[in-house]
Amino acid sequence: MGNGHRSRHRGQGREGAPSHSSRSDSARTLVLPGEELPSRGLGPGPGTYRVNGRIYASVLGLLQTQPPSVRVAPLAGRYIPRARDTVIGIVTDVQGTFWLLDIGAPRWAPLHMTGTPWKIDFGETQQYLRVGDAVVVAVEQIENTGRIGVTMIGDGLGKLEGGTLVSVSPAKIPRIIGKGGSMIQMIQKSTGCTLVVGQNGRIWLDGPDDGIVEVRSAIRLIEEEGHRRGLTERVQAFLDHGSGAPRGPKGPPPTAPWAATAEAPEPDPAEGPESEYDFPEKDVN
Amino acid sequence: MGSVGAKEIPELIGADGRRIDGRRPDELRPIRIVAGPLHRADGSAFVEWGDNKVMAAVYGPREVHPRHLQQNTKAIVQCKYNMAAFSVDERKRPGLDRRSQEISKVIAEAFESVVFSEEYPRTSVDIYIEVLQANAGTRCAGLVAASVALADAGIPMVDLLPAVAVGKVAGRIVLDLKKEEDNYGEADLPMALVPQSGRLVLLQMEGHMTRPELGEALDLGVIGCRKIYDVMKQALRDRYAAGSVVSGAAFSAAGVAP
Repeated sequence: MGNGHRSRHRGQGREGAPSHSSRSDSARTLVLPGEELPSRGLGPGPGTYRVNGRIYASVLGLLQTQPPSVRVAPLAGRYIPRARDTVIGIVTDVQGTFWLLDIGAPRWAPLHMTGTPWKIDFGETQQYLRVGDAVVVAVEQIENTGRIGVTMIGDGLGKLEGGTLVSVSPAKIPRIIGKGGSMIQMIQKSTGCTLVVGQNGRIWLDGPDDGIVEVRSAIRLIEEEGHRRGLTERVQAFLDHGSGAPRGPKGPPPTAPWAATAEAPEPDPAEGPESEYDFPEKDVN
Repeated sequence: MGSVGAKEIPELIGADGRRIDGRRPDELRPIRIVAGPLHRADGSAFVEWGDNKVMAAVYGPREVHPRHLQQNTKAIVQCKYNMAAFSVDERKRPGLDRRSQEISKVIAEAFESVVFSEEYPRTSVDIYIEVLQANAGTRCAGLVAASVALADAGIPMVDLLPAVAVGKVAGRIVLDLKKEEDNYGEADLPMALVPQSGRLVLLQMEGHMTRPELGEALDLGVIGCRKIYDVMKQALRDRYAAGSVVSGAAFSAAGVAP
């Protein structure tokens, strides 16, 4: 890359470093690639790079000062797979002993026939999964080569039959799941639909037609207002008065029916593993 | 010349030192950038720059097609620059031509030098630039749009890449040529700057300039690039400030084949 003195951060940052005071004052600062970051003697963390002792952002995201490093939590970008994630993949290629799955990651994930509950002979893969089929799989490991190992053996894993897929940003998934799965359960109960949520931002749903419409609107509501307080109440109110809700992905954001019931403030409803990937509020600048 | 159909060459710089559209020599055309207008793409941007209208979409990092281009240690950057048939006065014959191939190549190489490609080995970052309306400087407008789209796609890179053309018109060095100045001027010098390091990662020239003029042109271009850089940054901030943090994938739904 021509520049002699550049050192890149490699590997994962220290997830566990607790530094709430320094986090809170910087967690809402949006930074852009090339922007110089206040380093105060800290090292370059994920989403940053260092040239001649100065630290710059390399991705668009939120600035986080977590001693011993400065890091940028990305706001955009593809799904980055992590071990033990449950994801929804779409078959993109069928080979003699494995399938290639598009899980929204930078690379396709091979699903080997030994990683399925079926007993398959060589060449029979086509009879079980074809291009375009959707499956629920778990990420087993990310190899050094970047190969993503996935398996279909486990609870809740397998082929998806029928239903509909909806895609959201992977960063919103913790809000859609809710604390301990509360949000999903609430949506399922009110709409009579079955949901399967993948950490890669894909949501599969099946059930009565108007239920599906309602779930889609609810997901969009969570996407747009997931960073605001009282989300659970708003979604509940929306589902209760669902008839007046906008029906199509292009409609105006729903506001009226739950406006009155949104008063009771609730502590952060979502606490998924990625809750640090927060969304900027209106005052982001 | 007086040949049939020859257009009269307009007076490119008036007696008051103003240009054909009233600009001063160091003045840019009005520029407006919207980040993230497309929902299917991982990142996108729309640029209106003078009478240019350019849309850029970025996909990736994703699997490389065709496979043999895949590199085991880094991502590759691929770019396709295309002008719509209706983007110019006389219908442009659609499809690849030598000019668009060249522009695609230099833009891809410019981005290759700023993207941290080692982070995503064996993948490809694909940039698509569609010129909807052209009025000189579309490679710069395309580069600016692609750069904002890359940032919007969350691709790690050294910096955004502002670009502008400087030219020599009626014996004077001027910033950001428009069509008449490009057609009837003496030189055209498009460039792209890495603001963080001050390096130029794209520099081409058509026509003639003296050495001192080239120095003057480069200085003027860098100033222009820094102004465009501010507009690019504001476009990205606006996208996330509006509260509509619906990113790339947005609300896209796809039916599942049974």
